[in-house]
Amino acid sequence: MLYALSTCQWCHKTKTLLEELGIAFDYDYVDLLEGKEQDTAMDTLERWNPSGSFPTLVIDNKRAIVGFREQEIREAFAA
Amino acid sequence: MNVPEITEMAIDTAYRTLKADAEKNGYRLNPDEDFVKNLVRGLLKNEQRYGYRACPCRLASGKKEEDLDIVCPCDYRDADLEEHGACYCALYVNEAIASGKQKVAPIAERRPPRSQRGKAASVRVASTTEKPIFPLPVWRCKVCGYLCAREQPPGICPICNATKERFERFERFV
Repeated sequence: MLYALSTCQWCHKTKTLLEELGIAFDYDYVDLLEGKEQDTAMDTLERWNPSGSFPTLVIDNKRAIVGFREQEIREAFAA
Repeated sequence: MNVPEITEMAIDTAYRTLKADAEKNGYRLNPDEDFVKNLVRGLLKNEQRYGYRACPCRLASGKKEEDLDIVCPCDYRDADLEEHGACYCALYVNEAIASGKQKVAPIAERRPPRSQRGKAASVRVASTTEKPIFPLPVWRCKVCGYLCAREQPPGICPICNATKERFERFERFV
């Protein structure tokens, strides 16, 4: 699950990388959600990343990678 | 809702203004022009939907008074430039990155999380028994650190052009 913002270039790079790697993933542009939906997304995101920053990539509900860390993302899916 | 498209021309105009202002004030923009133009698109998008240029890499609340710290240039730019060589979204960079000698790396968010916002930064209100040291209040621009002593903060920061609401009281009481 990728938590992203529609205006964020680092989110965009992360999404492009995942697509390039052929990973199946869901994503939310949290800035395009409204009211309760946005609050719920932020609450979930903050459980993985207390600073609530973007992009946050949650892998298999097990771990989170915060920010566009290309090497780390590649390694996480290399296995 | 019908939202007008942000045109390439508008992006280009805003980009050139931003670049000229940055260089006039001793700052550098990211040398990757396409990347910067996409950030500018985000800034214009935020201006369109919120009424102010909130950082494109942060979630704005839609309430300007809660988001003043992330109106570009944000309150965190100079500290991040100093520590990481780039601001949070990497619009502004240091000389080494601008000249291609160093690369931009991810930066940890310096803005307090939602639950702690508005607490740390709150200005202490002086009680009536406290006496100011200076004959006039001192105001600090939260964007660039400019200080001035006058009854009210300036309408526009003479150093970085930040607006009046970006100033805080900067004074010790004894």
